[in-house]
Amino acid sequence: MIQVETNRKTQHVVELSKPVINIKGLYKSFGKNTDILKGVDLTVRKGENLVVLGKSGSGKSVLIKCLVGLVSADKGELNVFGIDMTKLSDQQLNAIRVRIGFLFQNSALYDSMTVRENLSFPLKRHSKKLTTKEVESSITEVLESVGLREAIDKMPSELSGGMRKRIGLARTLILQPEIILYDEPTTGLDTITSREISELILKIQEKYKTTSIIITHDMACAKLTGDRLVILKDGIMVAEGTYASLERSNDAWVRSFFI
Amino acid sequence: MVISLKNGFTEAGNATLFVARFFRELVKPPYELKEFIRQCYIMGYKSLPLVAITGFIMGLVLTIQSRPTLAEFGAESWLPGMVALSLIREIAPVITALICAGKISSGIGAELGSMKVTEQIDAMEVSGINPYKYLVVTRVLATTLMVPLLVVFADGIGILGGFAGINIHGDVTMYRYFSQVLSSLEFLDIIPATIKTFFFGFFIGLIGCYKGFTAASGTESVGKAANSAVVTASLAIFIIDMMAVQLTDLFF
Ligand SMILES: Nc1ncnc2c1ncn2[C@@H]1O[C@H](COP(=O)(O)OP(=O)(O)OP(=O)(O)O)[C@@H](O)[C@H]1O
Ligand SMILES: [Mg+2]
Repeated sequence: MIQVETNRKTQHVVELSKPVINIKGLYKSFGKNTDILKGVDLTVRKGENLVVLGKSGSGKSVLIKCLVGLVSADKGELNVFGIDMTKLSDQQLNAIRVRIGFLFQNSALYDSMTVRENLSFPLKRHSKKLTTKEVESSITEVLESVGLREAIDKMPSELSGGMRKRIGLARTLILQPEIILYDEPTTGLDTITSREISELILKIQEKYKTTSIIITHDMACAKLTGDRLVILKDGIMVAEGTYASLERSNDAWVRSFFI
Repeated sequence: MVISLKNGFTEAGNATLFVARFFRELVKPPYELKEFIRQCYIMGYKSLPLVAITGFIMGLVLTIQSRPTLAEFGAESWLPGMVALSLIREIAPVITALICAGKISSGIGAELGSMKVTEQIDAMEVSGINPYKYLVVTRVLATTLMVPLLVVFADGIGILGGFAGINIHGDVTMYRYFSQVLSSLEFLDIIPATIKTFFFGFFIGLIGCYKGFTAASGTESVGKAANSAVVTASLAIFIIDMMAVQLTDLFF
């Protein structure tokens, strides 16, 4: 086991021997909107927090949507847990999706359901044997993890943006995923709430031992949560390294992210 | 021209795939029984007042309008039977279906459209839940079952409306009115008219779901989905009605 340089206070150990996500030569274009991704290579190891940076519209969201099969890739290898994601039946794909949490850019809470129903909806469908009491205790547990126990009977429309992000996170946590994909978890929030969410990501990572990909524009969040950072530009990964090393990069364009 | 033709074919192809998928998912467990019942309640029960009012007015107006013509031939005693026949065969099914297209189909289009736009459907999919099964199959089944029931309800209320219409001028007892209605009705009037309402219901649900499910991104497409659901569903109702009438003519 090799220690990886990290910004985290806890010095989480990342096993370099175990890649959980392996992407090779990934291509994706949309009709006229050609070449969003042009050969992305990416490896994420177990327990690692990988931050993906890139300009708006560079295809960061498309990249993680390819990963869970929401968007089908045109070409390239997609390996998650050592399983080729491109050749799965619907049933097999769903079985893998349960092991991957996805936090949407705008939370995507189910508008017509209360917070409680939002959380029990995926849980009840995947663990049919659970009693009402067990479901209730899982809901309480994840809500406590995100610090929003009092919101349990609210409708999503009654929540603020930051609260919605947290409930969205709670909803992904309830299935106890091994990987969590965060799409801009702190965008649109004030600095204090952003920091709280970033710390929450770290806390969750320690508690549930997840592997994460975090897409963000928020450099404070990147610095706090990221073990390793990559930058997406013109459809490929152009830079990779720790926060400290990229901050001191020779490339002025890379450095411009850190101002 | 070529592009619009190509788009038309693409759309037709997508719609066909959508229907095919409905039947595939329909038979595959697990079944979303609870959501199906909830949808039946929302669509059926919540549409009752609207259908009752329009049904009553249809019966009443039809009676009042037909009376002078029948009176000219001295055939006023045919009035109850004629009103009941036109209601059951044609007017109640079509008008009720059109109301459901306006209320239910557009509602589904807007609901699923906004779920699509705000990525709620994607969220279901990534948590390993089949959104097609949960959202589409339940709703289409619910409309297929509820629209015929609403039509039967409208038939009944419409005939009551006819009774009210007759009593504006004459004085007919309830018993005599209904015995006239029943004696003029034959089994064969009811069966084809009922069968076509299942198709109305099926397409009302399906078109609403299709428009919502295929909404493009951006909030303005929610409105477009709802609007185009109503327009397409209304058109579909007339086309199905025309085909149903031709087929009935052929076989009965
Ligand atoms: N379903 C789609 N159909 C067509 N084009 C799409 C689709 N999804 C994304 N795109 C296009 O792909 C490009 C990349 O989009 P993406 O959402 O991945 O950007 P992003 O890097 O996440 O940006 P942001 O930081 O603003 O979220 C954009 O130009 C967008 O228009
Ligand atoms: Mg994005």
